Amino acid sequence: MSDFLQIAFGGLALGARYALVALGFVIIYKATGVINFAQGALVALGAYLTYALTDSAALPFAVAVVGAALATALVGASTERLVLRRMVGQPAFAVIMITIGLLFILEQLITAIWGFGALNLADPWGVDTVDVGEVALAVRDLWTLGIAAAVLAAFFAFFRYSDWGVAMRATAFDPEAALAQGISARSVFALSWAISGALAALAGVTLASGAAGLSPGIGAIALLAFPAMIVGGLDSPAGAVIGGLIIGVTQALVAGYQDDVAPWLGGGFASVAPYVVMILILMVRPYGLFGTPEVRRV
Amino acid sequence: MASPHANLTRRYEDELRLFRSRAAKVALAGMVALWLLVPQVVDDDFWLSILNYAGIAAIGAIGLNLLTGYTGQVSLGHAFFLGCGAYAAAQVGAELDLPFPVWLVAAGALGAALGAAIGPFALRLRGNYLAIVTLGLVFLGEHLFRNMREVTGGNSGTSVAAPTHVGVFDVQDAEVLGTSWSPNQAWFWVIWALVALVALLARNIVRTRPGRAMQAVRDRDVAAEVVGVQLGRYKVAAFALSSALAAMAGALYGAYQQFVSPDQWSLFVSIQYIAIIIVGGVGTIFGSVLGALFLGGLPALIERYSESIPLVKSTATDSGIISVFSFNQAVFGVLIVLFLVFEPRGLAAMWLRVKAYFKGWPFSY
Repeated sequence: MSDFLQIAFGGLALGARYALVALGFVIIYKATGVINFAQGALVALGAYLTYALTDSAALPFAVAVVGAALATALVGASTERLVLRRMVGQPAFAVIMITIGLLFILEQLITAIWGFGALNLADPWGVDTVDVGEVALAVRDLWTLGIAAAVLAAFFAFFRYSDWGVAMRATAFDPEAALAQGISARSVFALSWAISGALAALAGVTLASGAAGLSPGIGAIALLAFPAMIVGGLDSPAGAVIGGLIIGVTQALVAGYQDDVAPWLGGGFASVAPYVVMILILMVRPYGLFGTPEVRRV
Repeated sequence: MASPHANLTRRYEDELRLFRSRAAKVALAGMVALWLLVPQVVDDDFWLSILNYAGIAAIGAIGLNLLTGYTGQVSLGHAFFLGCGAYAAAQVGAELDLPFPVWLVAAGALGAALGAAIGPFALRLRGNYLAIVTLGLVFLGEHLFRNMREVTGGNSGTSVAAPTHVGVFDVQDAEVLGTSWSPNQAWFWVIWALVALVALLARNIVRTRPGRAMQAVRDRDVAAEVVGVQLGRYKVAAFALSSALAAMAGALYGAYQQFVSPDQWSLFVSIQYIAIIIVGGVGTIFGSVLGALFLGGLPALIERYSESIPLVKSTATDSGIISVFSFNQAVFGVLIVLFLVFEPRGLAAMWLRVKAYFKGWPFSY
């Protein structure tokens, strides 16, 4: 039992990281209708910037994280301004492909600057654990859950109560009506990219902290937030969080038990299990658990 | 009575014809001559292999363009079907020792069957979802390729010693009219003849009823349904066809390279094919071939000339900030972004503009 709890806890913490990335996807998708494949690169960028700020600028870790989040938000907003804004009104596949192109460019920039080797993010959590009963909880996982919960609460409050949050929701609901009310669609687009950039940076830091280490593969890990987003439903922020947790726990459980239960699935099945979950859920509910079914009237 | 000018179309049939003017027939004859001559003029193995890889890529790219360019469905799963085709060539060709046409068709049939099986699930989801499901397919496929060791040889890969002779003409040991040709020269004729066949097939599909239905689905699926296009049927058919062509390209790739490993079917390969159709021209058959000519051999070219490209390190100890592999990926990323922003219809559009200018010459309209 304690084994199970241990694994499930690790899964929840992993899921919280996916939830942060998936929430970034959903915010951009809701505001601009773009599926942003470049999010994985922003995740990696956030983590590497944190590394650079602690390592070269010798800033305290917390300051470095905030700085990296702001810088990544800026990169996100400028990507929107420089590239994506030119694509407004273009067919969906062109927009998807341009974000894929951006993913490959950003990823290579990162490896060009910081190389392929594994780096050690100077986080204060390390590999420490806290014992609760028989279960050893990693400090880094506890912090991840804490940060994710705080950030998610802050963003949901922001969307619910602040003027900008209302403007973003209005734009997502009906862009033309929002424009008619004097809401600047440009600012909303830029803001949504900035917010998901910041979320991506936080996800990157928590992914790379502790024993995990910082390597370019982190961007590929972030691709697993796609299943999280799809499971929750493309346009549901709450769905993104729940989807993230489902995917994280599934992945941890598969990694923990697959060797005993189903060795025939092959080694490393845990890394592709999220995609299986995604396909299964899509077969039952094509718009995810909380997504809005697309109504077509002829 | 004088015949009307070539620019004047008076009937719909004229617009749908395969060869609209005499110039098109002359151009075709020119291309056939080029096809015959190139391997005799270019006898350098490196450049021939670049052209051969480009031809293989052209076959896969025509498939992707039928799905993405003509039917408007984004698939990131092309790499998976290429891989399936290569392993089909290894199994049917090398293990069962069946002849060239048989394993090529078998690979295509496997691709079509897989496409038709996966299609209904993937395509009931519109646009955006399909891209993500096929992204999952690439990762699941890579996992399968790494773990089905009896078929794929696992991580270490498998050799593809598929028979390469068509009748008496053996690609590996070609002798035509008393002269013997190197394998690369013979492969060039075989591959580019197949490219021509596939292009003709695709061209005939897109200029007839199914092609018009596919384009209607792309332009507005609801409107297409209203005028009587069966959405599901055409989407699945386009997906199966595109997968079949991808699998055939994969089979050729395997047989030409004689060895394949799971690393070769990663997401990056799908991205390469997407870059090919974007650079060449989305929604044109001719553009797929053009894009493949420009980009199909690009990784090999970069590899060969990496020493002369500044900032790229060709060996692990070389000075430079970016590895050849990374540089490759960055180049494809940059090409995708630049073309989508500045020339969304690709090289084909540039060519068509030039052609339109000279068609009306000396008048600009």
